[in-house]
Amino acid sequence: MASENVQELTESDFDNIVAESELPVLVDFWAEWCPPCKILSPRLENITKKLKGQLLVGAVDVGENPNLAAKFNVTGIPTLIFFKDGKAHTTIVGAVSEEEILAAFNKLK
Amino acid sequence: MNNVTHDVIIVGGGPAGLTAAIYTSRERLDTLLLEKGLCGGLPATTDLIENYPGFPQGIKGMDLMNKIKEQALRFGTNVIEFKEVKRIAPAGEKIKVQTDEEQYTAHAVIVASGSTPKKLNIPGEEEYQGKGVSYCVTCDGPLYADKDVAVIGCGNSGLQEGEALLKHVKSITFIEFLPHMTAEKILQERLQESEKTRFLLNHMLTSINGDTQVNSVTVKNRQTGEEEQIKVSGVFIYAGFSPKSKLLEGIVELDSSGYIKANENMETSLPGIYVAGDVRSKKVRQIDSACADATIAAISARDYIRELA
Repeated sequence: MASENVQELTESDFDNIVAESELPVLVDFWAEWCPPCKILSPRLENITKKLKGQLLVGAVDVGENPNLAAKFNVTGIPTLIFFKDGKAHTTIVGAVSEEEILAAFNKLK
Repeated sequence: MNNVTHDVIIVGGGPAGLTAAIYTSRERLDTLLLEKGLCGGLPATTDLIENYPGFPQGIKGMDLMNKIKEQALRFGTNVIEFKEVKRIAPAGEKIKVQTDEEQYTAHAVIVASGSTPKKLNIPGEEEYQGKGVSYCVTCDGPLYADKDVAVIGCGNSGLQEGEALLKHVKSITFIEFLPHMTAEKILQERLQESEKTRFLLNHMLTSINGDTQVNSVTVKNRQTGEEEQIKVSGVFIYAGFSPKSKLLEGIVELDSSGYIKANENMETSLPGIYVAGDVRSKKVRQIDSACADATIAAISARDYIRELA
């Protein structure tokens, strides 16, 4: 979910922000009703600190933005999708560890 | 590592752990509760709980757990979340509790680490996790609006969560391995009345199929051996649970399924280590039975600490 360093993304600004980002983008698809999403949230906040200047981290509330969830086939949350050059690259499902997120980021490069 | 010896360390912040914390904190015992994620346990991912006494109209799982946590905090329990206990072991008359980075010490430990949904280990289950396979209706149910789905398991969890799922989906096919359902009769009645449900008892799920997402499941009639393919977009699995008892493996006695054995005072095979809730070897696993275990474990731990002093 959106927090200090995690930017909220919506259906109206998603394409612009993700396509125009010079950095790879990690998007967290989450919802208020989902307990594991809340477990993932502080881990993502840590990721933003560890990868400052290397990765943009955003969050899509699937309850508010169902079309984005459908577009990217999100049927289980939390889902993390890495975007590179505006295109969906790697998908991770579940409240995974920081190490798993970092490993996926390193493979992206 | 710190040198403080706590009176009691409670492992797990579900109904059992938090209830034990209420009791030990009210005894003015220095109580530390360690939870690997956020407090709430399994009920936090449950929609409506209707069989917990005191809430005639039922209560949302998350709301109930927030209240129980608030109650423990009110009496002074020190709760640390995002702290996963890896190992518990005796150290002289004390007990060591090991997390990734720290080691804690206590006179008594109450293990309420709970259980985790059991995997079926069938083709497609792992591959389609998050792509149609889910273990959490609360989390993922709303993403299946107007879809046909399957729920595996007709115990209380399967039917209770199935009822919550009915609000979103077009249809549910319930698949149960046994020839009968084990869920409460009232849940069976309500779901059988719905036009959106279908029940396949005495059927075994043999595979979950799809392309990039799930598009069908294959089931086998256990009596006739006949196989059937059913078109679904989602599969919600409620086929029982596995104990989270690894932290005590080789330390205390476990049963053949890995649940922690205890006597009627919730004492494990090792003095000072108590168990409560779903991780305990027993027949019935409900929220109120977890709370009952926890009450007994807390009072047993109190008496044990008193005798040490």
